[in-house]
Amino acid sequence: MITIKALTKKYGSFHAVDNLSCSVGNGEAVALWGSNGAGKTTVLRCVLGLLRYSGIIEIAGLDIRASEKATREKVGYVPQELAFHDDLRLLETMHFFSRLRRAASTRVATVLDEVGLSPTVHGRKRIRELSGGMKQRMALALALLSDPPLLILDELTSNLDTKAQCGFMELLRRQKLRGRTLFFTSHRLDEIEAVADRVIVLGAGRRQFECTPYELARRLGLQCTLHVFLPPEQLDDAVGELARCGFDATRNGVSLSVQVAANEKAVPIRVLSEASIRVRDFDFTSSFEAGGRI
Amino acid sequence: MTTLSSCVPAAVTSHCRLARFTSKLSVGTLFLFARKEMRDSLRNRWFILYTIAFSILALALAFLSLAGVGMDGFAGFGRTAASLINLVILIIPLMALTAGATSLAAERERGTLSYLLAQPISKLELLLGKYIGLAVALTASISLGFGLSAAIMAVRGGSADVNSFLWLVAISLVLALGMLSVGFLISSLTRKASVSLGVAIFTWLGLVFLGDLGLMGSALMMKLQVTELFHLSLLNPLQVFKMAALASISASLDVLGPAGIYATQTYGSALHALFAAVLIGWIILPLTLAFGVFSWRGAS
Repeated sequence: MITIKALTKKYGSFHAVDNLSCSVGNGEAVALWGSNGAGKTTVLRCVLGLLRYSGIIEIAGLDIRASEKATREKVGYVPQELAFHDDLRLLETMHFFSRLRRAASTRVATVLDEVGLSPTVHGRKRIRELSGGMKQRMALALALLSDPPLLILDELTSNLDTKAQCGFMELLRRQKLRGRTLFFTSHRLDEIEAVADRVIVLGAGRRQFECTPYELARRLGLQCTLHVFLPPEQLDDAVGELARCGFDATRNGVSLSVQVAANEKAVPIRVLSEASIRVRDFDFTSSFEAGGRI
Repeated sequence: MTTLSSCVPAAVTSHCRLARFTSKLSVGTLFLFARKEMRDSLRNRWFILYTIAFSILALALAFLSLAGVGMDGFAGFGRTAASLINLVILIIPLMALTAGATSLAAERERGTLSYLLAQPISKLELLLGKYIGLAVALTASISLGFGLSAAIMAVRGGSADVNSFLWLVAISLVLALGMLSVGFLISSLTRKASVSLGVAIFTWLGLVFLGDLGLMGSALMMKLQVTELFHLSLLNPLQVFKMAALASISASLDVLGPAGIYATQTYGSALHALFAAVLIGWIILPLTLAFGVFSWRGAS
């Protein structure tokens, strides 16, 4: 879906993106990961044709400079800064962009419903009256208007509270299941783990390496502590069973705390189930090991 | 000597260029942006204020002109047209420059320009759509002022020099479109709406006051010949507008002194066409430059 060859973007003598080459396949969800200033947003803005650059960027086999309109028809974009015309109402904005993207006007109700916004309840509200979560949902609805095969998202949940983040990630997972290609930036590991198939790690504008989200977590030294709640009489048996399978498990009041790698959170649950130990509930917390680095 | 074979590739190339250029334009997208810009203008209180001010002053000038010629106001249109010249020179360039100057810069500052340019549209559609929308809003606003003025004169019995009045309306609209183009050029060069507005106001000041003073000063200091003086004055669109309006009212530019006499004697009946061409040039050239700058800079 996207092919990037030798992409370089300079601001004066500063290389915001330096000789980046990568690709995103059809239906794939690829995350650009990196700290602030790594060049993630610059790459997306180049792919959207918003910045001048050297190198080649193709979307669906078309060079974005030679076929700027045709390539942008294939892209739905959710920006980091949600800047819309504040004095317009939500429905006015949706209809304006549906005409701009030559989408059928019936799509407006469909996509609003898809992102959990109601034309009757939210449609009359002016953009400035919408919460950050609603704006983000509206931005996704706008991106979906013409049913594009590719979604480009800049910092998925930067404006959202925890509850809204979960809802938004669920929306994106649904888009992925429908076969849409996702290309997004994030500096949050939980977002990447939830959606991405592959991660391109950027540092100082250069591609450092590519990996799976789990591999990224491992390289970062992400450790999870699994809290397993069991009947009190089975706690000792559970500690023994987990220790036998190589897990570091300790009793913690009415629960067990088990240290697991980020990509093995379900394994202790399976071990306990196979030993006929009834798991009542579980929870986990994540933390980075001291010295964990890329 | 140009042969047929050398002509054909050149013709094909220019046809391809034209095709590529027109493929960048969708009438639907132009109309969409134009309509949005017109609606935004109706909500813009500065635009409304300028319209009201221009209408009231045009109306007042019409009354005053007619008062000076008694009840049967012969030559009412001509007198009113003459008094409207200074009003047009003051208000219309300010209105058009500020409207154009905030158009792109405000969108850029809000961040909406990036989002618009990420849609399947070309920069030409966005720029032209905005320009057409503002041009229609300006035309409506100016027509309202002139229309009220004409209505009063028609009711009060002014009858002569209708043509000069219509010519004044026409060149005022052309001047407005030219100043709108200059406003777009300013807007394409600046990042912030406040800076753009400031530059627009300085440009207006420069054209209205400094242009006149500069011309007078240059003529005195450099002992300019009438030829040079006339051609220098063609550089200022407001001067061109003033000369075009006067030429229409008094049939010659003798009232402007030696430079005016030179212009009348040299260009004769082609004077109107010359002024119209210069004013149209002020529409095309800055707008083309604005498009060039906007294409180069995009949303940044």
